[in-house]
Formats: sequence, C-alpha cells, structure tokens
Amino acid sequence: MGDGVTTAAPALTQIPRAPGIAFILKKALISALVALVLFSLMIGIRTEAGPTGQLIYWTRFGDLAAMVAAVFGGSIIVELLRQWWGPVGTIRIIPPRLQSTLAVARRGIAPVLLIFTFLVPVIFYDQRYILDLGILVLTYVMLGWGLNVVVGLAGLLDLGYVAFYAVGAYSYALLATNFGLSFWVCLPLAGILAAFWGMMLGFPVLRLRGDYLAIVTLAFGEIIRLVIINWQSLTGGPNGVSGIPRPTFFGIPLVPGPDGLAAKLGIEFSPTHRIVFLFYLILGLALLTNWVTIRLRRLPIGRAWEALREDEVACRALGINITTTKLTAFATGAMFGGFAGAFFATRQGFISPESFTFQESALVLAIVVLGGMGSQLGVALAALTMIGGFELFRGLEQYRMLVFGVAMVLLMIWRPRGLIGHRAPTVFLRHSQAISSDLVKEGHG
Amino acid sequence: MSGDSILTVDRLSMRFGGIVAVNDLSFGAERRKITALIGPNGAGKTTVFNCITGFYKPTSGMMRLIHDDGRAFQLERLNDFRISKLAKVARTFQNIRLFPGMTALENLMVAQHNALMLASGLTFLGLIGAPSWRAAEKRAIDLAQLWLDRIGLLDRADDAAGNLPYGDQRRLEIARAMCTEPALLCLDEPAAGLNTRESAALSELLLSIRADQGTSILLIEHDMSVVMEISDHVVVMDYGVKIAEGTPQDVRDDPRVIAAYLGADEEEAIAVMESGA
Repeated sequence: MGDGVTTAAPALTQIPRAPGIAFILKKALISALVALVLFSLMIGIRTEAGPTGQLIYWTRFGDLAAMVAAVFGGSIIVELLRQWWGPVGTIRIIPPRLQSTLAVARRGIAPVLLIFTFLVPVIFYDQRYILDLGILVLTYVMLGWGLNVVVGLAGLLDLGYVAFYAVGAYSYALLATNFGLSFWVCLPLAGILAAFWGMMLGFPVLRLRGDYLAIVTLAFGEIIRLVIINWQSLTGGPNGVSGIPRPTFFGIPLVPGPDGLAAKLGIEFSPTHRIVFLFYLILGLALLTNWVTIRLRRLPIGRAWEALREDEVACRALGINITTTKLTAFATGAMFGGFAGAFFATRQGFISPESFTFQESALVLAIVVLGGMGSQLGVALAALTMIGGFELFRGLEQYRMLVFGVAMVLLMIWRPRGLIGHRAPTVFLRHSQAISSDLVKEGHG
Repeated sequence: MSGDSILTVDRLSMRFGGIVAVNDLSFGAERRKITALIGPNGAGKTTVFNCITGFYKPTSGMMRLIHDDGRAFQLERLNDFRISKLAKVARTFQNIRLFPGMTALENLMVAQHNALMLASGLTFLGLIGAPSWRAAEKRAIDLAQLWLDRIGLLDRADDAAGNLPYGDQRRLEIARAMCTEPALLCLDEPAAGLNTRESAALSELLLSIRADQGTSILLIEHDMSVVMEISDHVVVMDYGVKIAEGTPQDVRDDPRVIAAYLGADEEEAIAVMESGA
C-alpha cells in the first residue's frame, strides 16, 4: 500500500502544515527524558546480593546512554514516518489495478493455505519438528474456531475455555484407560461431555455481562483445574493420567509387527506414519469445526448468535429465546473444545492438570481477538502467527516474549479489530458486501 | 369501547419504588385499527409499552390480547420473548434498535427466527441442508424482500443497517417488526426525527399495513400531524393516568387535553393543536 496516493478527506481540504524541526526535536527530547527516568534505575544501576549477603552494585551508564539515544533517534524516526504517512483520517486511494490484485489475493489466500496444509506432510515428511509444529498449530486453530463461536459470534467473553479442553482430554483419557473404549467411540463422548459442561457454565452466567461474565468464566476454568488436581482417586491428581491409548486407524493400530497398519498395507513401518496420521486427524477435526461453524452462521441459530452480540434487547423484542441461544453458543463452543481435548490426550499419551492452565485460555482468546472476532480465516492466520511466531523467535531466547509482545502490540495498533476486521454477511440478494468493523458490535460480554 | 378489542388493558399500574409511573390505566385497542397513545414527556407512555411488550412486569392490572381466531393471552403472565413469540406482539423502540453490523436483509431474517428455527428442524435439518429447509429459507428471503420493497429499501438490502440514513433505519425497524407477522404492532415514536416528507411516507406505510396485513397498531407519537392523520382512536395520558380518549377530533377539542397535555396556556395549546390538523 506504500505506493498508494494519499488525499485529504473532503472535510480537511486545508492540510495542516507539517510541524517543523523544532517540534520533532522537542518531542524526541521529552521521550528521551522519560526513557532516562525509567531506565536510570532499571538499567543504569545493577544490584546483587554478595556472598555474605551484603549489597553489591555497579553502574552501567554506557548501556543507559545507548538506550536513551535509541529512544531519541526512534522518536525522530517515528515522527518523520508519521508525517510521511499524512494526517490521521486521510483516505488512501489505492490504484484500481492494485485493488483488484489485492482482492484476488484476499480471495485466494484461504484455498492456497488449505492446499498447502494438506501437502505439509508430503513436503516435510522427513522433518519431524515441522510436522509436530503443524499439529500444534492446527490444534490451536481448532480451539480458536471453537472459541470463536462463543466470543466472535455470540459476543460472550469466555476466559475459561481451557476447562472444556480439559474435560475433553480427561473424558478420553479416563474412558480409554478405565473401560478400554476406542478413540473413535470416545471422541463424540468427549464432545458431548464438554458440551454438557458448557451448558453447566452457561446457566449461572446467563444474566451476567461484560467484565462480570469474564470473571465467572475465568473462575470456572480454575474450578475445573482444581477439581482435576484434587480428585486424586479419579484423575490421578497432579500426577496426571498416563498410558493413554494411541489412536488407531479405525481399529487398526499404527504399530510395527504383523497387526499394524504398515504390515497390512505391505509397506515398511515408520514412526512417522503415526505423526502424519495425527496431522490429518487434527486437520480433519479442525475442518469439521470450520464447516459446522460456517453452516451454523447461515442458519437461524447462527444469525441469532450474531443478533445477540449486536443487541440483546432487540432480540427479546423479536421473540428470540435469549437463554437457549446463549446456552447453545456455550455448548457448541465447548463441544469443539472437547474434541480438541480428546485429540490432545491421544497425541500426548499423557495428560496432567499442568496442560490446562489459564495461560492456555488466554492464548486461545488472544488468537480469536487477534484474528478478528468472528472471522474464520482471521483466526486461522492468527493461530499460525502466534504459535508459529512463538517458535520462530525461539532463537532469541530470553528476549522471545519481549519481541513477541512488541509484535502483538504493533499488530493491534495497525489492526485494532484483528487481522480480518470486517464481517461477511450470511445472506445477500445481489452481492455480498463486507461490513466494516466500525459497525459490528463486540458484544456486551 | 367497542366489543372487538384486540388488546384490553385493565387497571394497569406500574410503580418504581415510590414513583407511580402508570396509575390504574384502562383502555382498549381495536382490531385492525390504529390507536395512538399520546401525552407530554414523562406521562408514562413508554412504561405502558414496556408492560405490554413484557420488558416490565406490571405492579398490578391485566392486559388481555385476543387473536383473530379467538385465542386469548394474558400478557402480564408471559415473560419477555414469549410475548413476541406466542402472543405475536411486535414492537419498535424510541431510540432505534437495529442490528447495525448486519445487513438490512439479515435484520429481516433474524426477525423470522422462530419460524425458521422450526423449519430448520432446530438446526439439525438445516445443518445437512435438507430440501424442506432450503425451501423455507427461500420463502423467508422472499418475505424479507417483499418488505424491503414496501419500505423502498430493496436497493440497499445488502448494506449494513448501521450505514442507512436515519429515516430508512426507522422504516427498516418497522419492517423488521412486521416480519415477525404480528397481531399487534407497537410503535414507540416512529416519526421522531423524521422530516415532513418522511413523516408523510411513514403515515402512508402505517395505513397500508393496517389495510393490507390487517395488523392492529398501537403507537406513541409526539408528531401531531401523524397522529391526527392516521389514528382511529386516541388515548391521552398525563402523570400516569388517562385524561381523555376518543377520536382525534374529540381529543383535539377536549379542553382538559389542551390544558393538561401541553401544560401551557390555552391559546398556545390551541395553536399547536391547530398546526397539527
């Protein structure tokens, strides 16, 4: 978009004169001063406890000076960039050719991503690391799509989504280890149980909104985790459940030996087969989630969810039962979380409460918000960015979280409503027009 | 009061703590007629509406709604969404409450939620794309299209409701209420903020709804030109009680209305009333 021509909005025909060099220097000086005050103790002086407990400190004024200089220079650059970009509120006219190219790219991105995902095990067959990372990303894509039903469509802020992930995982783990049920029997059971707990959460929070809803769902997530930790006789407590059966190819195990799938197909056994199978399994589950969500959006229930996000009072006036609408949203989202949980348990072979902390809920919610609430493609891209980015920055070691946090902040400044902020209508007469994010409500909670 | 009332409000009272918003109010709305509820600001008109449409639970009193087929509903016993779903009472709001991020067409589709929910087999038939569901969806789109055409917004069907001009939003809200196929349509100040031309179009729309759909209409309105032009019956409220009722002509000439309604001296009141005629 850099080569786009900028023009001022009609209301701003008189373009304000760009601030002069004095203004820029003044601003940079203030920034540098703030940095000096902030960093003088954080960087300028380093303290440590000596061997006998006494205080040892030494100064690092060189580092401090470098930091302040960096802030000073950075501030000048940012201000110059801002002037080059033009005043806020200018309308950027993108040349029609570029615009149509962008539109094609936008439409093409989803199929290209899908085909690429299907080919990942073929391309990276020998790279176990990439395959494992792919499985991880797809798990989060699925969780994101599941939570998107609750947060993105129905506008109900759920901070305890990991609870349903845990319910699904423990359902499969316990049913499989105690009763010897197979993965394919347990998968729907895990989904149903998670949906049931979704409804259980739904009932007490029906009347809550916004911050209050967020707090209660957060507490619910913690309750499930604490119950799992403390109900030792059933769940094994902090020791978790181990020896969870691996998934079978519809009854045929993926093991070496005469009973295994490899022997039956007459090919040589390789441990990679199982990884590839797991990859396509989670891909299938994620695509099922996506397909169901897209279908639901075009059904009355999906429209009611979105209407609920837009205006709850108007929904009541139109005869929509708010209670069942909210509960179905919670249950549907929870069901997909349960599926993902069952998959997680069979992939790991071992689960413990440590895998289901609040951090997981926060991560999935961040994926949904970053992706653009309600957008399926946005959530997939966000999961790829977040989980992939996490791995990408692994080389930076202790600065990983810092870099990652800065990247997130910048992304949210650039795209406050997520990567894909606009909403696609569910039905149209002549042509489907994307609806600008300014009009779409975020929901009351 | 004629015998064929669709809605009979009997001794309705609504108190908020020590404040009596509606006090012992009784009136009727006739079938296939337009009844206007007027009164100065704070007279309790919207409170009456909120009681009828289930947003408030009245402190005391009865509200009986009788459908064309003779089925009767005690509105004070139904709660929120059931009044719209079962008793078929639709309403609009004083401050427009559309779904701004959804298109005009989608707004009208949401209004047909209950009918479509049944047609989609509580979602399951719809999920597998059953032909019966597809047919029902097609009919729902046709109905929405019909209403978009009637309010003159067919061209903007795919635009976000929040992007429409104010007057269009008012009419879209009425169309949305009509898509629930109501027996009684309650309009809270439909002409508020409209210019003269838009008010005239609104009057025409309401008259055509009464004539073509046979829907009974109950409206709160401050715009006297609209009230005088289209109402069959006018109920005047002040401080939560009914002070007069009758035809627009009767009400306009009633000295109590002129004095109490405007709370001003009589000459000024008459001037305002005349201008509306």
